[in-house]
Amino acid sequence: MSEARNVWVFIEQGDGQVADVSLELLSKACELAQHLGSQVWALLCGYQVEGLVETVIQHGADHVLLADHPELEVYRTLPYCRVAVGLVKQHQPYIFLIGASPVGRDLAPRIASAVRVGLTADCTDLQIGDFLYKKENTLYKDLLYQIRPAFGGNIIATIVNPKTRPQMASVREGVMRRRTPDPSRQGTVEAVRPGFQPQDFALQVLSHEMRPPTVRLKDAPVIVAGGAGVDGPGEFELIQDLANLLGGEVGASRAAVDAGLVSREHQVGQTGLTVRPRLYIAAGISGAVQHRAGMDKSNKIIAINTDPTAPIFQVAHYKIVGDLAEVLPLLIKTLREKAK
Amino acid sequence: MPYHSIVLVKQVPDTRSVSGDVITPDGTMNRSALPAIFNPEDLNALEMALQVKDQHGGTVTVLTMGPLQAAEVLRQALYRGADRVVLLSDRKFAGADTQATSYTLKCAVEKLGAFDLVFCGRQAIDGDTAQVGPQTAEKLGLPQITYAEAILSLEQDEIVVRRAFDLGIELVKCKLPCLLTVVGSANQPRPPSARKRIAYKLACVPAEYPRLLQQWPDLGDEASLDALLVQQGLKIPVWNAADLPVNEAELGLSGSPTQVYKVNYVVLEGTESKDISPTPEGIRALIEELVEEYIVG
Repeated sequence: MSEARNVWVFIEQGDGQVADVSLELLSKACELAQHLGSQVWALLCGYQVEGLVETVIQHGADHVLLADHPELEVYRTLPYCRVAVGLVKQHQPYIFLIGASPVGRDLAPRIASAVRVGLTADCTDLQIGDFLYKKENTLYKDLLYQIRPAFGGNIIATIVNPKTRPQMASVREGVMRRRTPDPSRQGTVEAVRPGFQPQDFALQVLSHEMRPPTVRLKDAPVIVAGGAGVDGPGEFELIQDLANLLGGEVGASRAAVDAGLVSREHQVGQTGLTVRPRLYIAAGISGAVQHRAGMDKSNKIIAINTDPTAPIFQVAHYKIVGDLAEVLPLLIKTLREKAK
Repeated sequence: MPYHSIVLVKQVPDTRSVSGDVITPDGTMNRSALPAIFNPEDLNALEMALQVKDQHGGTVTVLTMGPLQAAEVLRQALYRGADRVVLLSDRKFAGADTQATSYTLKCAVEKLGAFDLVFCGRQAIDGDTAQVGPQTAEKLGLPQITYAEAILSLEQDEIVVRRAFDLGIELVKCKLPCLLTVVGSANQPRPPSARKRIAYKLACVPAEYPRLLQQWPDLGDEASLDALLVQQGLKIPVWNAADLPVNEAELGLSGSPTQVYKVNYVVLEGTESKDISPTPEGIRALIEELVEEYIVG
């Protein structure tokens, strides 16, 4: 086992930019590495991506492993996995963090399986702490606590990987806070040469079209969100109207998305986006922990629900016990009068 | 040309139907109040496999790992057109994380014999990890196509698949055999067929014999029922650890690198909150306060 206890971050990139989630993870990795007295290493794969090294260092990497190769231009599971698994086996990092994006969710389990290590998906917090493994009566010091809401959302589970290294965790975009880059930060770069095998090219990407997000939930100053209590598209329009009036975006709980009221891009919560707006209005959202995990750090929260015992009220600054079909039009009307 | 498909499915508690009465007064979850269902995206995976069979011929084998009650999802698969089902059930499989689960599934898939395609749902609603598909693919040494939404072509040993994400699509071409994880937007799963429902109404695992005999006493005793089901191909095979070429150290809880260190019931921090009355006066006062604090306006 390596003594270095380094914290690695997989750097996702596209269109000449490092993904936000990777920069957020670099910030978190810095915290963890500081705690461990170790370094942050970034694994940057792609083609002609040397230009991103500077950004990665400024955001917290001490050392960048740069796999720059034409076969890595477009993300494909097997070539990326070949590179990552080889380097992980060679250097034995202590912790390996990756964004829970479509790329990360495709790649991370594959790496974890190949290296035979544990992986925890969609963590909402990461900490360093000790673990007494009762079965063996052994104390493991300085493990990565991988914290996430679990089954049904009433519990928060802390998961550890006592024996396998690296300790792998994926985290969604927006969950960790990104620090301001430090232009004076210094780091080293090491070019690595991928050793591909013919079977790594079993899959070919014929075309790849990503559109820019139409919803900018993460940066919205105000979010008006609807949940299971919203009765159909007609009522959901009230959410949209109020959001427009406040210059905000529409959010939703998973229930509203599953009911087809709004697209998944609007989903706030553990498996959606984590947001911290100036004002969050939760209408007809009961407030399961997965949803609260994505919004409870909002500056001010207004909750509207017919059920006075709904858990959402416990994180709300303003409680409105009432029917959203009456309360939302009142809010809209009052704001319109105010604007005149 | 016919294709042989294996579909990996899971029975899950219906976490989407969590409502007030599922939560007990002390804030814990009453699991038994949640119905056990066929994981929704696994139904999409099954549908995709059945469509391959409809168009090209071949077979569909459905595999699940779980307690004996999970035989129910296998019956649901038979009602929809699966040719063969197998239940993996053993106490030794219990407590498995995705690593141990995918290892067990890999051993079972290898025992099933030759195949062209493996399908599973993108993720299960009780954990949302989306890890078992890719990890099973890795252990089988197969390429994986996650987020599969449609098979655009399937010819000889080559498949073209459309992958769908929130913010885009990708078309990929892959050599068979390979593993696909299927998203919910892929298709509308067919309902159980009435004819097959009748044909498979007795399909069950031995643990269910007492229930069947209670329902249909004229089926005799367990021995005669067993003989009948075997003869009619209705006995759902249950494979345990001894039936698989496995290294037992890699199964279940002991084969799981991740351990749950602790579980905290969510104690909501009492945010200091103000009650706002849902009346014009209450709402006006609220908005005035928000404007004053520069929250809106």
